[in-house]
Amino acid sequence: MKVLKTAADVGIVGYGAYIPRYRIKDAEIARVWGRTRVPIKEKAVAGPDEDTVTMSVEASKYALKRAMIDPKEIGAVFIGTESPSYAVKPSATIIAEAIGDSEKILAVDMEFACRAGNTAMQNVIGLVASGMINYGLAIGADVAQGRPGDELEFTAASGAAAFIIGKGKRSLAIFEGSSSYATDTPDFWRREGEYYPRHFYRFTGAPAYFKHIIEAGKMLMNELGLKPSDFNYVVFHQPNIKFPLRACKMLGFSAEQIKPGLLVDLIGNTYAGSSLIGLAATLDIAKPGERILVISFGSGAGSDAFSIVVTELIEEKRRRAPLVSELINRKKYIDYAFYAKFRGKIRTR
Amino acid sequence: MMGVESVPRYWRERRYRYRLIGSECKKCRKRYYPPRKVCLNCGSRELVEVKLAETGKVISYTVIRVLPREFQGLEPYVIALIELDDGTRLLSQLTDVDPEEVSTGIRVVATFRRIKEQSKDGIIEYGIKFKPI
Amino acid sequence: MRKVFVIGTGLTKIGEHWDRSLRDLITEAILAAVDDAAVEVKNIEAIYIGNMSSGYLQGQEHLGSLVATWLGIPGVAACKIEAACASGGAAFHQAYLAVASGQYDCVIASGVEKMTDAVTSDVTSALIMADDQEYVAYTGATFVGLNALVYRHYMEKYGVKQEKIAAFSVHCHKYAKYNPYAQFRREVTLEEVLRSPMIADPIHLLEAAPIGDGAAAVMLCSEDFLNKLKLEKKVEVIASTLATDAFSLYDREDITTLRATRIAAEKAYRMAKVSPKDIDVLEVHDAFSILGVIHLEDLGFAKKGEGWKLVEEGELEVDGSIPTNLFGGLKARGHPVGATGIYQIVEVAWQLQGKASKCQVDNAELGLAQSVGGVGGTVVINILKRVR
Repeated sequence: MKVLKTAADVGIVGYGAYIPRYRIKDAEIARVWGRTRVPIKEKAVAGPDEDTVTMSVEASKYALKRAMIDPKEIGAVFIGTESPSYAVKPSATIIAEAIGDSEKILAVDMEFACRAGNTAMQNVIGLVASGMINYGLAIGADVAQGRPGDELEFTAASGAAAFIIGKGKRSLAIFEGSSSYATDTPDFWRREGEYYPRHFYRFTGAPAYFKHIIEAGKMLMNELGLKPSDFNYVVFHQPNIKFPLRACKMLGFSAEQIKPGLLVDLIGNTYAGSSLIGLAATLDIAKPGERILVISFGSGAGSDAFSIVVTELIEEKRRRAPLVSELINRKKYIDYAFYAKFRGKIRTR
Repeated sequence: MMGVESVPRYWRERRYRYRLIGSECKKCRKRYYPPRKVCLNCGSRELVEVKLAETGKVISYTVIRVLPREFQGLEPYVIALIELDDGTRLLSQLTDVDPEEVSTGIRVVATFRRIKEQSKDGIIEYGIKFKPI
Repeated sequence: MRKVFVIGTGLTKIGEHWDRSLRDLITEAILAAVDDAAVEVKNIEAIYIGNMSSGYLQGQEHLGSLVATWLGIPGVAACKIEAACASGGAAFHQAYLAVASGQYDCVIASGVEKMTDAVTSDVTSALIMADDQEYVAYTGATFVGLNALVYRHYMEKYGVKQEKIAAFSVHCHKYAKYNPYAQFRREVTLEEVLRSPMIADPIHLLEAAPIGDGAAAVMLCSEDFLNKLKLEKKVEVIASTLATDAFSLYDREDITTLRATRIAAEKAYRMAKVSPKDIDVLEVHDAFSILGVIHLEDLGFAKKGEGWKLVEEGELEVDGSIPTNLFGGLKARGHPVGATGIYQIVEVAWQLQGKASKCQVDNAELGLAQSVGGVGGTVVINILKRVR
């Protein structure tokens, strides 16, 4: 498979993002662990009554507002996450019921680290394109857990993005094509029974993040006959600031193109939400006719690249739910003690 | 939810708790949450399920500081008597707000949240809370 | 309906009785009532036991048979009566009906609660069972929290400052110091009350009834029984009514009034052929200071929004126009939930018999006891009269 193209137009009918209210500054985390350098300014932290399911429901409800369809028309709910509420019990069914979908649906939980939401999207595109369903909901969400004191604790954050996908004519953006690239590359993993994941530090760079993103991006652009200048925006999975900026340069894109969708400095790495919230932020400002390249990366490892073209419907639809910038600006700072309490890092039993 | 841990007790209410589904009396149009079988206002037994308004205002509120066992660790939180924009009154917890930011009359909107766990290895209970608009 | 008389009272001190169980407490109280009546246990034909949480806190149900057996008289009619915090009042109401109906001549109305068997968070869970488990308890509301909603709304609706209402607690403590059965026997100042920690804003710790263990019992009998055993008539029950209100606050038009109080009181005054001004001594169910104030209004002693004035103007004192809670009320005497309604009856009966020593109201002829379940989901009103 080089590129996934659909016979008829399939696109994004509605989109929504959700970022929790709480923020912790990296400087505060550094204070506790005696560090001086920090990768980002601050990250979003899920509150004590939030989790992957609740954030997904909020994002999905915003997507429904923009899609303007009856939730019962959604034929499939796919949620991609590495932090589902249960180790065994689907989140997709809870989300489906909470948004008012019917029982006659395909409900699926998927895992592929930080690209799980994008893989969900790939699946839903296929189901819609084949005519098996009229509308499908693809969600990427995580309450990422950072090991206390580890470098990933400075970026592991919480957030969700939801996309309702349907036939072209109701879409605010159309999928021109997508491609996926995956290899067995264990750069970041978590074993059964372990509470925190492990990663192999610098190995997560060239052989993992960059390899898969560049391959997926180049493959898609080649197959579609597109160059970086054919795109107005590019969005990458954002584990920190340096990686996406370097990938941007490596693929031949400019700083202006990556800017609207680069949010990690203010919300952290929302894992399965990362590239998708970046996409939502880009859709919040994109004009009709503009083209967006989105490339995910999930450890273990794999990337999906999507080429998306915005339609006339974007202006009217995007106003119906909060913009990502509004969600980013809604914040309350907490200190490390509250962060540890909220995220269950303090043993009470 | 006290008493013994129960899955069915939670499961049968989920539609009403996840989506603010109440009932409306066909005769006098009064709305209720939770849904009920007999109208308190006119005695009619003809009540239908209805999706209630998701926004409303705070009529009265309190800050809970001494907690029942199943909510321990979450204090302090705000409980409010809320009147939805369609006239329905209900009790709910407020979230995404500090107690000092709450006052009578503020407008609130429903949000889907994690309510509690039945136990460390029991099921997770979800439902609606309200947050300031 | 026949006449019903109170001929004996028994009670335990209220407090943390680590070494006494629920059955120990109730047995002690009932035997004391039997002895006070100067009759024998075998005279008892029916026993009503008010209790709210024996199942949840002790894992014990079927209190009727248990108590009958522990008193040595299995065979008699006996059962637990539950109406949340009005269980004691409701047990009294059942006992009254049992005698008034003509079926029983000598019965026990009792109540017991053993709250310290559990930690506070479990007691908190137990108490919210008085309201809707699925849509009120589920939100994380506590029983104190529900009363706090009423408190805040009352203050905003009538423009009353908190100090005026918190003064009710000060009044209760003032008199509890004379009551050897009370849980708390020291006075408190208004400053102490308002400085005590918040349990559920705006309710401070010292505005809320404490957690404690206790049991109380009264013996009720018919005129025939009295005459047969040549006992003296001292106190007669001239009215006993019970009413309910909408279960949860969100189903009520006005949360600053307890409709159940008004319904039960109106019926009771009518049954007794008296009006509020005839009442000489009053026991109200002050689970929280705000309730104490609201009850005074709902019972007809003050206009809505002005109950607090009675406290301020000294009308609740032993020489005031409506002496109230002169044994400490729920706040200071204590509130072992299911027993409280019976403690109130005992206290009213003592007043009418001249046994109240330092808190004795002169020439007390008529006493009213109000027992409340939940936030007024159930209210029981009992009016007792001194028999000359």
